[in-house]
Amino acid sequence: MDQIILQILNGLDKGSAYALIALGLTLIFGTLGVVNFAHGALFMLGAFCTVTLSRLLGISRTVIDETRTDFLGNPLKVEIPYLYDWFGEATGAAIIDWAVPLSIIFAIPIMISIGVIMERGLIKHFYNRPHADQILVTFGLAIVLQEIIKYYFGANQIPAPAPEAFTGSFDFGAAFGAKAGAIIYPYWRIVYFCFAMILIGAVFAFLRFTTFGMVVRAGMADRETVGLLGINIDRRFTIMFGIAAAVAGLAGVMYTPINSPNYHMGMDFLVISFVVVVVGGMGSLPGAVLAGFVLGILESFASMREVIEFLPGINQVVIYLAAIIILLTRPRGLMGRKGVMED
Amino acid sequence: MFGLDKKDARLLLIVAVMVALAPIILNPFPEDSAMAQFNAGYPDLMQRFVIFGIFAIGFNILFGLTGYLSFGHAAFLGAGSYAGMWMMKLLSINVIPAIILSTVVAGVIALAIGWISLRRSGIYFSILTLAFAQMAFALAASVLTPITGGETGLQTNLNDPRIFPEFLGGGSSVDGNIPKPSLFGIEMSSSFKVPVGGWEWTFNWGYYLCGVMMLVAFYIAIRIFRSPFGLMLKAVKSNQHRMSYTGLNTRPYMLTCFVISGMYAGLAGGLMAAMDPQVGAERMQWTASGEVVLMTILGGIGTLIGPVLGAGLIKYFENIFSKINSSLLHEWFAFLPDGLENFIVAIIYPFIGKGWHLTLGLMFMAVIIFLPGGLVELGKRLSKRFGKKNQDAAGDTKPAE
Amino acid sequence: MGILEVKGVNKRFGGLQALGDVNLSIPENTVHAIIGPNGAGKSTLLNVLVGKLIPDTGSVMFDGQSVLGRKPHEINQMGISRVFQTPEIFADLTVMENVMIPCFAKRDGAFELNAIGSVSSQKDIRLMAETILDDVNMLDKRNMHAASMSRGDKRRLEMAMCLVQEPRLLLLDEPTAGMARADTNNTIDLLKEINEKRNITMAIIEHDMHVVFSLAERITVLAQGTPLVEETPENIKGHPKVREAYLGEAQI
Repeated sequence: MDQIILQILNGLDKGSAYALIALGLTLIFGTLGVVNFAHGALFMLGAFCTVTLSRLLGISRTVIDETRTDFLGNPLKVEIPYLYDWFGEATGAAIIDWAVPLSIIFAIPIMISIGVIMERGLIKHFYNRPHADQILVTFGLAIVLQEIIKYYFGANQIPAPAPEAFTGSFDFGAAFGAKAGAIIYPYWRIVYFCFAMILIGAVFAFLRFTTFGMVVRAGMADRETVGLLGINIDRRFTIMFGIAAAVAGLAGVMYTPINSPNYHMGMDFLVISFVVVVVGGMGSLPGAVLAGFVLGILESFASMREVIEFLPGINQVVIYLAAIIILLTRPRGLMGRKGVMED
Repeated sequence: MFGLDKKDARLLLIVAVMVALAPIILNPFPEDSAMAQFNAGYPDLMQRFVIFGIFAIGFNILFGLTGYLSFGHAAFLGAGSYAGMWMMKLLSINVIPAIILSTVVAGVIALAIGWISLRRSGIYFSILTLAFAQMAFALAASVLTPITGGETGLQTNLNDPRIFPEFLGGGSSVDGNIPKPSLFGIEMSSSFKVPVGGWEWTFNWGYYLCGVMMLVAFYIAIRIFRSPFGLMLKAVKSNQHRMSYTGLNTRPYMLTCFVISGMYAGLAGGLMAAMDPQVGAERMQWTASGEVVLMTILGGIGTLIGPVLGAGLIKYFENIFSKINSSLLHEWFAFLPDGLENFIVAIIYPFIGKGWHLTLGLMFMAVIIFLPGGLVELGKRLSKRFGKKNQDAAGDTKPAE
Repeated sequence: MGILEVKGVNKRFGGLQALGDVNLSIPENTVHAIIGPNGAGKSTLLNVLVGKLIPDTGSVMFDGQSVLGRKPHEINQMGISRVFQTPEIFADLTVMENVMIPCFAKRDGAFELNAIGSVSSQKDIRLMAETILDDVNMLDKRNMHAASMSRGDKRRLEMAMCLVQEPRLLLLDEPTAGMARADTNNTIDLLKEINEKRNITMAIIEHDMHVVFSLAERITVLAQGTPLVEETPENIKGHPKVREAYLGEAQI
């Protein structure tokens, strides 16, 4: 029982990331009809927003501390971040410590602008081209973005730790009266899951309860008619692209403490995210979220020792296996609509 | 000639001459000149040119003719390599059985994967093939270790069984060294060098074997493009709906095409193993599938010669372009004033050397945006602009009327 | 006994009765039109006729064989061809190639692997294709790209492709939708000619009453999924039930 709960919990954080990326992909596909292979790169860019911000926050001046010496006997050089000067040492240190959550504020405008530029500058010209062309051009863009990041940040992983307050683990076992230490779960993963739920909730609420969202949903169902009503659907779709980019970016921002970012993390996630979208059903937002969590949890169950002993290698392939089975039994995925992307 | 019309026969002939003379053509710069590092005429690279040419030709038969975008062709490439390796480990170091088996094994796997994947079309098909290839990759790296050697991969060993050591000439070095893959006793890695003036040309046996295989593959591809079968595949791409309401069953056509395409990939994989007897699971990774997509698109999708050109271009970039470093750049622009020199080098630097992937990505995007027909279309446009009448040696997809 | 027999077909989509107890019999060598206001179930009926939709109850027999649950290419091989609302042709190919494909299907059946022989060496196929193109007056356009033709020509090409197969029943779904008047008249003439020369039974679903009355020998009026009347064109005009169903939607 403990094992099962633990595995579900373990699946949630990966599932959250899958769900967020898949949600953005589906938003783009549903509104613009474009298959965006660069979406993983947006996730990666989000993660590097965090890296950039924490570097910016850490910009320091060097002072020579006469009271201490280094191992060669020279006076010790100490780096003091400017933030210490501006806000005092305690506040400054806290700001640096909280770099990851702060990056959310930093990343939102950046990601939205990247999304809008991408849509206006490139994707716009591919609405009337075949899906294969869209896949290929965004695939090319993903390579370009990835290589640019590689050029500036190098090929190695760059750690971006969570705030001190969240570094420990939460002992579910002790908290809920079961065996202490049976279910230990890092705080940050709880945060990530909650964050994902809030973000998903926000996107759904936005689409459901705002006029803007209503128009977008109408446009997803029938673009032409909405256009005929004199509504500038194109501009709204551009903004939706920005929002989708921001969702992917934020998923990346918050994921950095779980997995240190590197330049190819986007591609790694992209492949699975596409599987998630297709399993959920192209164009279905709830489907994308559901499939994200289902596959995340499935993956974590498959990596249990008992399961691997019984079916070696299953942890590596379970997502793909699930995708194949679902696609063959439910051609349109879990919640797909009829007639979407069928030719 | 060979059942081809004049235009195709001429194209085949040109390609054959190019393949035969590649060691000379690809070495345009004298050995001791500053430009010598741009010479591509060394065996290792030339082998890769033609092997990836085969891979891309096969991919193009599927994607170019039917429009089905497979993201899983790396699985067939890898399967071919493993099969070839086992043949050389168990049967004989002669490469012929290895190549045959690798093609057959890849064909069987393609049949199985295609049988399932072809139930869907569009992006669903792409994702299914991707899922299968990723599964194959993950399994090859873990559970299938007894067959694939896991993460270390497979190599030929001295104590491999090789039931028929002397089969078809067998291996040539039995004197305590690991025998090298060979053809009737001729080692694939052996070459003879011809120094002419300042140049040195290397004629390598392995390269010529691959070259001949590529010509055969190319010839078959032309025949397929011009055949009724090829016409049916184009019909699948153009309008499946009409096709089935014309009384044609699209499924067996697609499946045959998929299997043929997979066999091409298997042949390429087998040749890779035969040229360099080691294989790791990364050959099955989806990036390898992505690479063949890039090659085909860059060269010219749906054209005959395009995939070969694309494969050559990318492999040239990977091996030659990537070796330019900043000191070399400084050398080139040394004639400029220092400030300007540094500035220009700083601008160019991200795109060369290790950054060649960036150039590749940009080039790829540019081709899709501006030049959907790839290099072949570029050639056509250029030859049109310069008013040459004998354009189109590249051959387009339409049969000559 | 007609060549196409529809008996007691019912089809529901959720709460909507799309087809209610449809009975239809089309005798051989006649032109039969199915008309009705929007949402009357014309398209649903057509989809049932080609086996794409399986009705909840009832049967559809073509020449004594059931068509239900068969794949499109099987239905086609039985002798039913279909013309779509927007002409479905192989837009990327030339006119000649477009017509050659059904020629191959006619000669070789649903699947034939001929990967080595070249298309241009198939003399009999060329001859077959050229004959048909000549019949529809398109021989001069044979090297044109199908995508670059006018809508009327595309329709003509689509008909030619259907004719190659010598179907016994031709289903036409609004064959003149979106066409200029001249193209419409051309299409009508072509259809008349086909019916007279080749003895092909036709079932037409159409909005344009001009087309219906120029071609049809019998007309079925569909309303809310049920056949209202089945009559000759003369008797349909001014039929009170039909007026009621249309409520002035079309001028009859």
